Amino acid sequence: MAKYEYSYYPGCSSQDGASSSNLKRSIDTMCEELDVKLNEIPDWNCCSASIGYGGGSVLPRMTLSARNIALSEQHNPGQDIVATCAACWLATKEASERFREDENFFQEANTALAEANLKMTNQTPIRHMAEVLIEDIGYEALSEGVKKPLEGIKIAGYVGCQTNRPFGIDGESFENPMYLDKMVDALGGDSIPTYEKKVQCCGGALAFSEPEKSQEMIKGIIEAAYDNGADMIATPCPLCQANVEIYQDQINERFGTKFEMPVVYYSQLISVAYGRSATDAALDGQIIKAKKLEDLAK
Amino acid sequence: MSDMNTAMVEKYRSNFLKEVEANVEEGQWVKMCMQCGVCSGSCPLGPYWAHPPQEIFMMIRAGKREEVLSSDSMWMCTSCYNCIVRCPRELPITHIMHGLATYAKKLGLVPKNQPTAQFSQIFWDNMMKKGRVNELKLGLSLYFKDGFGQGIKNALANQKLGMNMMKAKRMSAAEFFGGHGVKDVAGLQKMIKKAEEIEAAKLEANK
Repeated sequence: MAKYEYSYYPGCSSQDGASSSNLKRSIDTMCEELDVKLNEIPDWNCCSASIGYGGGSVLPRMTLSARNIALSEQHNPGQDIVATCAACWLATKEASERFREDENFFQEANTALAEANLKMTNQTPIRHMAEVLIEDIGYEALSEGVKKPLEGIKIAGYVGCQTNRPFGIDGESFENPMYLDKMVDALGGDSIPTYEKKVQCCGGALAFSEPEKSQEMIKGIIEAAYDNGADMIATPCPLCQANVEIYQDQINERFGTKFEMPVVYYSQLISVAYGRSATDAALDGQIIKAKKLEDLAK
Repeated sequence: MSDMNTAMVEKYRSNFLKEVEANVEEGQWVKMCMQCGVCSGSCPLGPYWAHPPQEIFMMIRAGKREEVLSSDSMWMCTSCYNCIVRCPRELPITHIMHGLATYAKKLGLVPKNQPTAQFSQIFWDNMMKKGRVNELKLGLSLYFKDGFGQGIKNALANQKLGMNMMKAKRMSAAEFFGGHGVKDVAGLQKMIKKAEEIEAAKLEANK
């Protein structure tokens, strides 16, 4: 039996051939190393993210999360739901809290769920993978398993929005959360605790609908990483990762910058630091190669 | 103007605050705003709002119904939650903005061609087809939302990006022909239909 076991909600973007398939692959590797067993919620559905609000209003949206909670209760009873995507975590936790606060709302969601022959009791804690690492495993234990310290690699910990607000991780400050920096330190890397843009919004879904406005913000996030001498940016959020990595060409064209800043996940850092290969760490999923990590993984 | 909108105008005539409290997600919090302006100053897209949240709250109390509901302001929300965590009165501002946007949509008052309103609907429809987002079709629907010519232009402008994503196996042509989804699509769609009916009945009762 694995040391830790959770009910796993990977989310749409983590699927094969989707925009953060490299997150899922590196999470799988990381969990192997940390003896964490993830039991995927059977037939989980999309949470509708934040941007779904204009299509589905509050009850339909939150009923989507209710379905995932109900399926988890049915198939993975007694296990905390763990999400790796910021929006999945936020939407599910937000829905769960709303159901707890408002009995009518909870009943209405269950009435809708009955149409799919499901029922939710809403007793399951909804957690983020970062919380598992910090609260269940701990920085010290994380550090103990390091085989290849990330020595000399300077990493800007970009926490972003939804892994931070409104719920926060480990009771840390919303304005200057330190957990990514502490993780980087635990892995033997050089963190940048004063990285000014660590909680700056990347535009989220508006990177699609309002690209000019969003790319101006993304530019600031990358610029600040360069100003701090970072070799790469690390983030827990799939949309942050994609937005900050994939538009660098367009930003260079728009603003005359010469950005080529790798953006990786904490799970990739851990996989490499634990001695796994570049492929296991899903570094082949980078559009801008994280050369220093690749070299270390060799 | 939609029938629902006319009915709401009739019913709440001079009291827009009451209308918001009764019909908008978390609307009961609006009256708690003390006009400090922290939300407006914290918003990453603050400069682009015709009326930032603080202003929206005062406009609601001043009965500026048309100006609020037909504004594109709320659609500037990136869901970053800065305003929520910084509000000294702990108003769930992000949710209220989403709620106002959704309410405006139900009444048919959203400004035409508002890109985020359009994308939001495209996202919802895409996800509802199979219970999971099909990213490839999502991207294509967005490129082609303003017609075929513009769609080709957008696709060409983003060609390199698409190639990069394909190469990194973070985009898949297979998604075009089916792709990921839940098994119980019918159950999921029935469930959402029910949730929509429950919500519509409540709005109808408030008319």
